[in-house]
Amino acid sequence: MAGIYGLWALMGAAIALPASIYLLLPPRALKKDEWTEVGDIASLELNKPEEMSFQRQRKDGWKLVTEKTTAWVTRTAEDKVVAFTAMCTHLGCAYHWDEKAKNFLCPCHTSVFGPDGSVLTGPAPRALDRYLVKIEGAKLFVGSVEQGEPV
Amino acid sequence: MTRRILDWLDHRTGIETGVKSFLYEDIPASSGWHQVFGSMALFFFLLQAATGLLLSFNYAPTPGEAYKSLQYIMTELTGGRIIRGLHHWGASMMIVVVALHMAQVFLWGAYKKPREATWIIGILLLLITLGFGLTGYLLPWDNRAYWGTIVATQIAAKSPGIGDYLTRLLASEEGIGVVTFARFYAMHVMLLPAAMMGLIGVHVFLVRKHGVSPSPGDNAPTKKFYPQQVFKDTVAIFIAFCILMTLAITLHAPLERLADPTDTSYIPRPEWYFLWLFQMLKVFEGPMEVVGTHIIPGVAVGALMLLPFLDRKKITRLSERKLALAALVVVALGLGGLTTAAIRTTPPSVANGDQGPIEAWQELTPSELAGLGHVRKEKCATCHPIGGKGGKLGPELSKLPQKRTMKELAAFFKNPQQVRPGTSMPPVRLTDAQLNDVASFVIKLDTGNVDFLIEAPENVTAGAVVYKNSRCGTCHLLNNQGIKLAPPLNGSAAKRGRKWIVEHFRDPKKLSPGSTMPPYPFNEKDMAAITDYLLAMN
Repeated sequence: MAGIYGLWALMGAAIALPASIYLLLPPRALKKDEWTEVGDIASLELNKPEEMSFQRQRKDGWKLVTEKTTAWVTRTAEDKVVAFTAMCTHLGCAYHWDEKAKNFLCPCHTSVFGPDGSVLTGPAPRALDRYLVKIEGAKLFVGSVEQGEPV
Repeated sequence: MTRRILDWLDHRTGIETGVKSFLYEDIPASSGWHQVFGSMALFFFLLQAATGLLLSFNYAPTPGEAYKSLQYIMTELTGGRIIRGLHHWGASMMIVVVALHMAQVFLWGAYKKPREATWIIGILLLLITLGFGLTGYLLPWDNRAYWGTIVATQIAAKSPGIGDYLTRLLASEEGIGVVTFARFYAMHVMLLPAAMMGLIGVHVFLVRKHGVSPSPGDNAPTKKFYPQQVFKDTVAIFIAFCILMTLAITLHAPLERLADPTDTSYIPRPEWYFLWLFQMLKVFEGPMEVVGTHIIPGVAVGALMLLPFLDRKKITRLSERKLALAALVVVALGLGGLTTAAIRTTPPSVANGDQGPIEAWQELTPSELAGLGHVRKEKCATCHPIGGKGGKLGPELSKLPQKRTMKELAAFFKNPQQVRPGTSMPPVRLTDAQLNDVASFVIKLDTGNVDFLIEAPENVTAGAVVYKNSRCGTCHLLNNQGIKLAPPLNGSAAKRGRKWIVEHFRDPKKLSPGSTMPPYPFNEKDMAAITDYLLAMN
């Protein structure tokens, strides 16, 4: 009796273990730190966010896809730039810059972010996520994404 | 409390009564170890369903994509290789178990009246099992899958009377492509499983209806299925499961090169359980071919179906069924003999896996492979262990912190003291470009791939160094590195052969008039190395 249950438990575990590893562990990461060119920032006005779209390569399962993506880029000083990812940190909607109010507004659940990405009002749990940035000449490059400060 | 919950549940669903009546079935006193195979077959079917489901979570059922996603499952997903191994070797194990089940039923005369229907359904289940093997064979979409299925669909096309219809049904009029693939996939994951489950249901129902067949002369009072027989079934299943796990962990389930309809060098071989059929096709030629492809297999299946009606005597004792025993021996010898003959005539290149899967190192870019070449030439392993092999002075190259960029690593190699004062690492005396190659290889290394990458042959990595030093990538594309100014190099060398490549390096214009490639008069060693390298890049 105990033998029957024991053997079945053993076999169940022997299948469940590799199965859960297979389903739950992330794919073996590619160790690449890639910089993607976003575009020219010479024309950006100081402290006025612009939406910039660019092509980015991303590993999607067994495929390497090239996709169009956007970032909200603000020039904060002559040689300084912040680039926010284009997704609201609440539930992923696309937000936009409200020129009159001088803040970012997400139309889905009315989260409002300041020009520095911090949450002003609304349900967003953290400030806007930003890309690591690098400037070479007048060209902006973005790298991996850093999560914004929690509220 | 538990009792009350169970009673409540049983009153609503009858589940407890059902399970009990299943477990406390009366079976003959003579039941024992010889009757474990039916449960084993059911277990293997369920295991195939489970591992198949797991595979489908990461599998794209279209040609090309299928291959890439399977490669992804096997190399990038942890545990993926074991899941595929279980599914691949499980199919073979299931065939073995089903054959043993049939042989037992035959030897004990358990197909006789009133169990004819149980037997016939069993034969249908056998055919479905083989159908799973045949349709599943195409799904990896490698050379093995492609060419094996080409042969199978051509045989179907020659079926007397219905060949054209079968061809249309399999969409294989002009070879096999997306439509054939979709149909094989639909059969493998929808039609056959549904048919299998339905017929298993009927099969088990009939076993229950007629009761388990007793051994000859067993008049003793019956016993219960649970616990003794359940224990025996469980032990048998456990042993088979352990064998399967061992196979899945130790043997690589084959994944050969991507299906290539233009590959004339490929020698297809079917799965081992179809080898006897394959061998028979060599015997029958011309108008007699149909004897091997259809008549003999057809007669065999027909005879199996009709067996209970051909052999109507009630006797089940084996000593009084000499003819039946002789028939079984003849069939076993015939199948075994044909299979052995097929194996003995298999060219060693197929048997040794010369057409084997793409090795991990074959997918490295020229830079990365040249990096490995430098790592070997500079004898980095005197101090650094690589995949556990080598000195112990420096850190293991596959376990370096991941955050470093190529630039940082290359700068470190060039002048270690400057980057990390006090380090015992000596500067690596290579050009900047070569140091970048080394860095790209070291970045690529991790604990998961190191054992596979360092299998790259010496002459091939040396060839990659020659390739990079000669700046071949400024015109040619190889493994997605370089540009397409000149023809891409993957697979081109294998088509031309060694002699042609050597001559082409010496005088490109002679062999390809109009070529703008300058001559490369390599010395003998470099020439051999770069040729080996190009031949290895498919």
